[in-house]
Amino acid sequence: MIEDERWVENRATNGRRGIDVGELRRYRELIWYLAQRDLKVRYKQALLGGVWAVAQPLAGAAIFTVVFSRLANVSSGSTPYLLFAFAGFALWTYFTTAVNQARSSLISNASLITKVYFPRLVAPLASVLPGLVDLGVALGVLAALSAALGSTPGAAIVLAPVALVFTMLAALGAGTLLAALTVRYRDLQQVFTVVLQLWLFASPVAYPSALVEGSWRWIYRINPLAGTLDVWRWSLLDAPRPGPETLVSALTSLLLLAVGLAVFQRNERRFADMI
Amino acid sequence: MTRPNAIEVESVSKRYLLGEERGGVRDLRDAFSSSLLRLRSGWSPRDEIWSLRDVSFTVAEGEALGVIGRNGAGKSTLLKILTRITEPTSGVSRTRGRVGSLLEVGTGFHPELTGRENIHLNGAILGMPRRSIEGRLDEIVEFSGVERFLDTPVKRYSSGMYLRLAFAVAAHLDADVLLVDEVLAVGDAEFQRRCLGRMADVEREGRTVVFVSHNLDSIVRLCPRSIWLDQGEIVAHGPSAEIVDRYLTAGLQRTDRRVFDPVPGAPLELRSVSAHGPDGASTSVLRRDKPFTVDVGIEVTHVVPSCNVVVSIQTRRGVQVLQEALSDQTDVDIDRPGLHELTVTIPPVLAPGEYIVGIWIGTDYDDVVWIEDALALHLEGDTGGRPDRVIQLGADWRSSFSARGDHDRELGRG
Repeated sequence: MIEDERWVENRATNGRRGIDVGELRRYRELIWYLAQRDLKVRYKQALLGGVWAVAQPLAGAAIFTVVFSRLANVSSGSTPYLLFAFAGFALWTYFTTAVNQARSSLISNASLITKVYFPRLVAPLASVLPGLVDLGVALGVLAALSAALGSTPGAAIVLAPVALVFTMLAALGAGTLLAALTVRYRDLQQVFTVVLQLWLFASPVAYPSALVEGSWRWIYRINPLAGTLDVWRWSLLDAPRPGPETLVSALTSLLLLAVGLAVFQRNERRFADMI
Repeated sequence: MTRPNAIEVESVSKRYLLGEERGGVRDLRDAFSSSLLRLRSGWSPRDEIWSLRDVSFTVAEGEALGVIGRNGAGKSTLLKILTRITEPTSGVSRTRGRVGSLLEVGTGFHPELTGRENIHLNGAILGMPRRSIEGRLDEIVEFSGVERFLDTPVKRYSSGMYLRLAFAVAAHLDADVLLVDEVLAVGDAEFQRRCLGRMADVEREGRTVVFVSHNLDSIVRLCPRSIWLDQGEIVAHGPSAEIVDRYLTAGLQRTDRRVFDPVPGAPLELRSVSAHGPDGASTSVLRRDKPFTVDVGIEVTHVVPSCNVVVSIQTRRGVQVLQEALSDQTDVDIDRPGLHELTVTIPPVLAPGEYIVGIWIGTDYDDVVWIEDALALHLEGDTGGRPDRVIQLGADWRSSFSARGDHDRELGRG
C-alpha cells in the first residue's frame, strides 16, 4: 500500500513555479549527501587536502602584503595588514569557491539531472556548503596568527556568523543566477572569470573600505561583499565599526539572492532538456 | 475490486524545439546573431519535434505496465515526464507515492564514492530517510553480491558488479512506483534472470511498475498490460500478449525479397535479400519441414578487410533463434570488389510461425550494414500440438527393451 496518499503532479508551468520549501526540506538529506560527496571527492583526490584551504588565502594575503602594504603603503589602521588581508581573503576565497561551485553545479551533476528528479535547487544549495570546511580551517589559522601578532577580537565576534550568512546568501544568489544562465550559454564561464577578477578589486579585500569616502561610500556598498567584509573584520579583528551604509550591502545581498532564485526557478523545469 | 490509481496521465504532449535539445547549449555569440536574424526576418524557423502527443493512460496501484515501441517512439520521454525530470508541454501526469527510477544503469552513482556511500546517496535522491536506507542495506548487499567491495570506490568495480549494485539499489529501495527503462538489455543471462525475478517480486509486493523494454518476452511475462507507442502516440493499449503480437506484425507484411538502393560512397552495400523454397522460387511462405535458403546480394566497391556477414533469424517476439556467420565457413569470403551472391541454407529446425530475417555486415570494430528486419517469413506446418516452442528438431529417440522377467534375470535375481 502507498503510505503517502498525496498526488504529485507534473504539468506545464511555463517557468511559473515557486520554491517548494516543504519539498526542499524532504530533500535536505540529499543536499547533505551532495555536499559531503563533493567534499570527499575533493579531499580524496588532493594529496594536500586541507593545506589548500589555507594556502590560497595565505598566498593571496602574502602577495597583497608586499604589493599594497609595502609598495603602495595602503594602511589597514590598527590591525596588522597581514591579518587584515588574510581575514578578507579567507572570506573572499569562500565566496568565489561557493559561486563557482554553484555555477557549475548543474553541469557537473548533469548525469543526475537528466536521469532522476529532485528539486534542482538542491544542487546549488549543496555546492555552497563544502567551502565552509576550508573557511573553518582558514579561521583556525587566523586565530593562530592573531594570537601570534597579539590581536584579539572584541565583543563584535558574535556578528561573525551574520557576516558569513550574508556571504552565503550572496554566493547562492550569484551562483543560482549564473547556473541558470550557463546551462544556456556555456561561454558565460569565461566572461565570469573576468568579472570575478574585477569584483576582487571592487571589494575591500586588499584595502580597507575606508578609502572610499563621501557619498561614494553608499554607492560602493552596492557591492554586497563590501559591507559584509567590513562586518567580518570588525567581528574577527576588532577593526573599526562599520557605518550605516553597510545596510546597503545587506539589501543588495538579499536582492541578488532574490534575482538568482527567480531566474533559477524560472528555468528549473527546462534544465534537463537543455543540459 | 478495483484498485486506486497510482499513475494518471492525461493528454500529455511534449514538444522539443530542435534548437533547444542540443542547440540550447549555445554561446552568447550565437544568441546575439540569432536574435539579430530574428529581428530582421521576424521569426527564425526552428524545427519542432513532438516526442509525445496527447498520451493518456492510468496504472492502478500494484499493476505492472509495459511500454513498447521503436526507438524514438517517445518511451524515454514518457518516463522522464512520469519521473518529473522534465515537464510536459501540455497535459498533466500524476503519480502517488515515492517514485523510483532506473532509467540507466548507475544513475546517480558517483565513481569516487564507495558502494556504501552510493547506496546512501541513491536513497537520498529518492527522498528516503537515512534510517530506512540502513534497513535495506543488507538486502541490497545480498542481491548485488558486492559485500567484500562495499567500502571500495565504485570506479574500481567491474562493470558487472557496478550493474548488479545499481539494479539492487533501484529495486530494493522503497519506491511505491518503479520506472525501469531497458536495464535488462545489459548484463549476463544469469543476472537478467535474477533481475526479472526481482521485478516479479516487486510486483508481488504490491508496487506499481512501468517497464520499458525491447525484450518483448519479458514484457509479456512481467506485465499483464502494455501500451504501444509510435511517434509519440499510443497506438494500442491492452493485454501484453495481444499488444506485442500486433506490434510485431504491424508494418511487417511478409516479404520474400527486398532490393536496396545503392548508397553512394559506401565501401560495400547490401543490394538484395530473398528467401527461397526447396524449388528455388522466392517466397515468403515456406514449409517448416524442408530446408530453405536466404540469398544475400552484396556489392563490394572497396574491400573491407575481414568483413563478416551474419544472417539472423528471430521470432516475432524478438528472440534471436539463429545467427549464422559467414566467418563460420572458411572457404567463403567477400574480399574482392564486385557483386557477391551469398546463399545460406537453413535446415528444417524452426517451428511453424512468423520469423524475421536480419542482415548484419561489418567487422570486429564496425557495423557497416545492420538491417534487423530485412525479411518477414512464415513457416507453415504442424506444431504437433505444442505451439510454444521455437525449435522443432524432431530429435531421434531410441529405446532398448527387455521384458520384466528378463531384466530380473540379468540382475542375477532369477
